[in-house]
Parts: sequence; C-alpha cells; structure tokens
Amino acid sequence: MSRTLFDKIWDSHVVARSEGGPDVLYIDRHFIHEVTSPQAFSGLRKRGIPVFRTGQTIATADHNVPTEHQDRPISEPLSRLQVEALINNCAEFGVNLYGLGHPYQGIVHVIGPELGITLPGMTIVCGDSHTSTHGAFGTVAFGIGTSEVEQVLATQCILKEKPASMRITIEGKLDAGVTSKDLILYIISQISTSGGTGYFVEYAGSAIRALSMEARMTICNMSIEMGARGGMIAPDETTFDYIAGREFAPHGEDFQRAVAFWKTLHTDEDAVFDKELFFDAADIEPMITYGTNPGMGIPISASIPSLDEMPSESDRLALEKSLKYMDLQAGSQLLGKPVDYVFIGSCTNSRIEDLRQVAALVKGRKKASHVQALVVPGSQQVRAQAQAEGLDKILAEAGFFLRDPGCSACLGMNEDKVPAGKYCVSTSNRNFEGRQGPGSRTFLASPLTAAATAILGFIADARELI
Amino acid sequence: MSGFEKITSTFVPIKAENIDTDQIIPARFLKATTREGFGQNLFCDWRYEKDGSPKPGFILNDPIWSGEILVAGKNFGCGSSREHAAWALADYGFRVVVSSFFADIFKANALNNFLLPVQVSEDFLQEIFARAEGNHNLLLSVDLASQIIRIESGGREESFEINAYKKACLLHGYDDIDFLLSQKENIEAFEKKHLFSQF
Ligand code: SF4
Repeated sequence: MSRTLFDKIWDSHVVARSEGGPDVLYIDRHFIHEVTSPQAFSGLRKRGIPVFRTGQTIATADHNVPTEHQDRPISEPLSRLQVEALINNCAEFGVNLYGLGHPYQGIVHVIGPELGITLPGMTIVCGDSHTSTHGAFGTVAFGIGTSEVEQVLATQCILKEKPASMRITIEGKLDAGVTSKDLILYIISQISTSGGTGYFVEYAGSAIRALSMEARMTICNMSIEMGARGGMIAPDETTFDYIAGREFAPHGEDFQRAVAFWKTLHTDEDAVFDKELFFDAADIEPMITYGTNPGMGIPISASIPSLDEMPSESDRLALEKSLKYMDLQAGSQLLGKPVDYVFIGSCTNSRIEDLRQVAALVKGRKKASHVQALVVPGSQQVRAQAQAEGLDKILAEAGFFLRDPGCSACLGMNEDKVPAGKYCVSTSNRNFEGRQGPGSRTFLASPLTAAATAILGFIADARELI
Repeated sequence: MSGFEKITSTFVPIKAENIDTDQIIPARFLKATTREGFGQNLFCDWRYEKDGSPKPGFILNDPIWSGEILVAGKNFGCGSSREHAAWALADYGFRVVVSSFFADIFKANALNNFLLPVQVSEDFLQEIFARAEGNHNLLLSVDLASQIIRIESGGREESFEINAYKKACLLHGYDDIDFLLSQKENIEAFEKKHLFSQF
C-alpha cells in the first residue's frame, strides 16, 4: 500500500496499538530544557523510577539564560533556581547536559541538528512547541507537555493518537530578497493559526527542494503557528550533505548505510493525504505581521486590512482588539513605521545563514540611532562560527550587539525584554500580546527585513538595500 | 486522583477567540519548579494592572461570574506547549473548559491534568454566550460518562467526543504513566528490533 512519509515513520515506531485508544509511540530522541522539565523529574522521584534511556535524552539550558556574561552566576534568582534544578536533575538521573559554559549549549532546536543528533526517520519530542523544527530532516518531531516529558523520561514512549496528514506544496522560485521566513508567514496568513490543527504537515514542491537545511528548519519551525502537530520535509542530498561529518551523526560505512535507508524516506507517489494545499512561490513577497497572532501577516508593501474586509463579526472584533493592542490603524501601511527594537534570534532565525544574511546587509552601514539592535545566536557553535567569519565585527561596526546564545527576547523570560508600548521587529515566531515582555508590540519578519529596519529606523523593504 | 463525575456548575464566559497559552499564563511565570500555585497568575495580564490591582473590566474580577466551568471562544489554548496553562486553569478551580475548538497540545495537557476539554459546535457555543447575557446564574452540566453537555435546566444539549482511553483514565482517575509502565516488556522487545538502536 502506498504510504506517506509521515505514515512510514510513525508506523515504524508504534510499540502497541489499541482499538479506539492512542498508539504507544517509541521516541528516538528526547530534548529537555530548564522550563518544562523540573516537574517531570519530580514526578519520577515521587514514583521512585529512573530515566529509562539516558543515552537518548539530551538536555540544555536555553529558555531563561542571560545572553550577557554567561560565565557569571545568573543574577535573577528564579532563573538561577530553574537552571540549577536542571543541573541537579541531570546529575541525579544521569542525563547528558550541555549547560551554560559548554561549547554545545544553545537553543534546543538549534543544537540538535547542528550536532547531528537529529537524523532522518526519527521520532523526536521536547517540551517545547517548536520541536517541529527537527521535521526539516524528515523526522516526526513535535512538542509535548510536562506530563508527557515525564512519560518519555520514564518509558521512552508517549501515548498519542495518530494525527491526520496534510501536504502543502509550493512550486516555483522565490524572488531575490524573499526568504523561507516569508514563505511560512505567507502560508500562515493564508490558512490562519488554526488551519493546520489536527494535521501533521509535509512540505513539498520545487520551492522547498531549493531551500538549504537551515531555511527548511525555519519553515518546519513555524508549523505549530498554523496549529499543526508538526511539519516535515523529505530528506534529500541537501539533507545528507548537511549531516555528513556532524559530531553525533553516523560516520564512514555507518553513514553510507544510513543514507541508503534515508533515501527510502519519502511519500509514495500515489499516497493519499487527508488534505492538500498548493501555493505558488512567485506570489510571495517579504512578509510582516501587524497583529497579535502569526496569522495576521501581510506583504510588506500592503496595507493592514480594513475592518469591513473581515469575513465575520468575530474576525472584526479580533482585528479591532489586536490593532488596539498594537496601536495601529486598520487600512494603514506599515512601511515607514518607526520602531524601537530589532531582535534577530530565536529557534526560527538564529543560525549561521541568518547571521550571514544580516551581516551582508548591514556591512558598511550603521543602524539608526533610536533603534536597539540585538543579535542572539542560536548556539555557542553559531556564535563561534560567526566570530571565525568576522561577522561579529561587521555587526558591531553597524551598532548591533552579538550576544551569548539563548531564547532571549523570543519569549522574554530573561532580561532581554521589549518594554511596554515599544515596537520590535523580531525574527522570532510569536507576536502574542506580551510575548516579548508585558505590553511589548511585535512585528514578525525575516532577518533581512529586521536588518533593513534597524538600519533605516522604520519598517523597510530590504530589497531596496540589497 | 479520584474519578471524574458529572459536573453541574455556573460558568465563566470569555468570548475572545484564539486565546493562546501566553495569555493564560505569561512566560515570566514559568520559573517555578513545582506544579502548584499557578492559579493566582491565570490570565495575569488581562486580570491585573501593572501595580497588581485587579483590572475592573475583566470577568474573573467580577464576583458575579464564577464556577467550575470556563467557556471560551474558538481555538482555545493555541501557541506555546506549556502545560502550565492547564495547571493554572486547574489550580484556579476550573474542571471543564468548553470551546468550539481546542489547540492539540493544550487538549492533551488538559486531559493529563484531569481538566476536561469539551468541544461543542460553534452554534452551541454562541447559544451559551447568548443565554449567559444577563444571566450569570445559568448552569451547565457536563456528564463525562454519557458525553453530554447541557444548558440547564432542560435547555439544549449536545454530545461531545472524547477518546475512549482518555475517558476511562478520567473516570477511573489513573494516568498515562501507569499505563506506559505496564508496557515495559513490549517496549524492550520493540527496542531490540528497532533500527535506531544501532545509531
Ligand atoms: S527560541 Fe523561542 S520559540 Fe524557540 S525554543 Fe526558545 S522560547 Fe521556544
């Protein structure tokens, strides 16, 4: 029978299946971090049971770590407590931790792929919704809650009903200056933040094939923002080239055998999806959000929708509410709007290619004096690479700070917050009310748009600077 | 955990749609290392002024609205996977959340914490909101065993879906880990033939 890529991976991980009940799904890799794991470890302790497979569990500290002076003790007491709890829990239960000060530390969804821990065909979970990022390698990867973290720690399995499948095909070529971030913001703006709920998405088509691994990760990363359980892309030569030589990836003959298997990981030609969507890459412009959910996005040169364009009363109310929060006018343009902050970072856009794009654009320029520009690399390795390539100097000359790695202003759990009422163009994935700090106002966009905005001081189309 | 019985209660209606977990419990409250106490920060930024005083316009600050049931607009619980959202709702005292649509991860998290997500039709949801207007004593009853939600008394009713396994867990008060631990032998047998055991 013809099967989808998703079917192949899911089905090969089912330990037990019961009528009307969820599957017992085996998990190959489990990432944990300081925020969603402490209660899970307490649960194990209460039951008096160990971590079942420590070798398949990888920990790092990312969500609330400071992005300056990481060599010093964390000054914020609650953050310090959580990071210390992670250190103690990992030591007590024998889990490998890439904590602060370790050369592999970084945002959990950045380090998995760059260390070769994330490999095609695997099932991967983490107590963080952007676990979907790992789907770029042809994995079934999804975010879980803390009770589920405890389940996986205890049994390396999780109870899940198999979701429905959806394929989103994007054909054609993205224009110069249009990135994979724009592509995914465009799709979410078309199908809304609940358009993918209940589905596991496979992205396909020539526009996807042409993307680098890092650009693919940006796409899969934001699958959750359309409500999907996860997103995935079938592995190909681009994937294998990326994995080759990475620290924990198979090497030598093992690698050859692995590639032979990975090549079987694709959707069969006549496999049927529960839902299919098609988009044309040529329709996509640089995108930016104006509202308080990631589905409220428009092409950068377009105007915010007007209230009477809204299809229903509830949509009208939602638009009104978010524009009030953002202090923006329906029907107005965003181009030219002054901003206060620019944040380049998060598991969506903090990899070396993102930093290279930003550096190339800002090289020889200076940021506008009223803008604070923060560049937070996804990992120690990304940071080291940026330094090796001299990107840190280019950024510094342009007035951008290159910080230490972490989630930072993506969710404002550490000191990196956007103050109330201030505007921030952010390369992260969520523009919810208060996401970047209480009262913060977020415009989601690509690293190029963020960089151009920092230089000019107002929302700008990067294509005019390239 | 004791089992989940029929609940008849007044309710708190929040009409907003797409209520994400950052609104239910903002990230800055995620620094606890225990599961308790999140209820006091439920809907924090909607509920309190900057100085910590209650915002008068928000429904949880209006004592005429109370109950064990929260009724909210479509696509409740979207966004971050934080289970703290379910903990905050349960800790506050809610045992049921009614909406016309739930985000997947929230639904799983709620069920794992004996908080019952009841998905109703948009029409039914709107009727609840409409009938609640000016009638804060209106009761809803939610019967898990028969999977029926009803607007009391004798008002419209609708059946709701729940996975048979989860229903049994809730009715009997046992959780997923108990079940998974009972599967240890199967899991070990699976690992022996599983490909990635080699890597
Ligand atoms: S960068 Fe943001 S979205 Fe990504 S893992 Fe960290 S907090 Fe979550």
